[in-house]
Amino acid sequence: MTEASPQALAEIRIAAQADELKGLRDTVRETVLAQGVDDKLAECLVLAVDEAAVNVIRHAYGDSGTGEIVLQILNNRGVLVFRLTDFAPPVDTARICPRDLDDIRPGGLGVHLIAEVMDEVEFVAPPPGAGNVLEMRKAITAESN
Amino acid sequence: MEYQTRSEGSYTVIALSGEVDLYYSPSAREQILKYLGRGQNVLVDLSGVSYIDSSGVASLVEGYQLARTKQLAFGLVGVSDAAMQVLQLARLDKVFPIHGSVAERLASDG
Repeated sequence: MTEASPQALAEIRIAAQADELKGLRDTVRETVLAQGVDDKLAECLVLAVDEAAVNVIRHAYGDSGTGEIVLQILNNRGVLVFRLTDFAPPVDTARICPRDLDDIRPGGLGVHLIAEVMDEVEFVAPPPGAGNVLEMRKAITAESN
Repeated sequence: MEYQTRSEGSYTVIALSGEVDLYYSPSAREQILKYLGRGQNVLVDLSGVSYIDSSGVASLVEGYQLARTKQLAFGLVGVSDAAMQVLQLARLDKVFPIHGSVAERLASDG
């Protein structure tokens, strides 16, 4: 018996600009709520994906001008997978780490928020033509824990 | 996001509403720093905030720090559930002075 493939739930492509983020958030919210996620977790997932997209806009594309971001949402046997692809130069993943929260200062919170919300976060090998692919996973059923 | 400002007691109250995200947080930051820069005590009313991201939170942290530097009062009031959830995730809910309302803050000032 073959293993079931992850179920594709949604895909959205946006310009890597701040005014496009609302559409991304709306897609995440609608998709995860349709999967039976409660409102509180849904808002956490919206925040985490939004923060990841903000990092792409600010750091991956940075001053290089605009590019595109593609978000795919899948359900892999009770685990929601948020796959965020950009077409920017590869980022140095060794430099990405959450900051010390005792150091009260503006900025640097995004990575921490993503890690707080998601079960797993990792950069995966990008397909040809893509720059970076960040996968964030969150189990939403007891069976998948 | 929209904002409205008013004076109450010794404070300028900046009421933010809607989504304070990467697109709108520069406006929130500008307002907060503007009034603190004028030497005014500031309360940020978050009761109408439906969403806030780390850039919005950073604007609040910047205000908090500038107020400390200038020895002014700064705080948050009426924090919505959505905003509180993010402050808790960022572990800033115990850092900012937070009150349920402006009246509550004024009463605590004595």
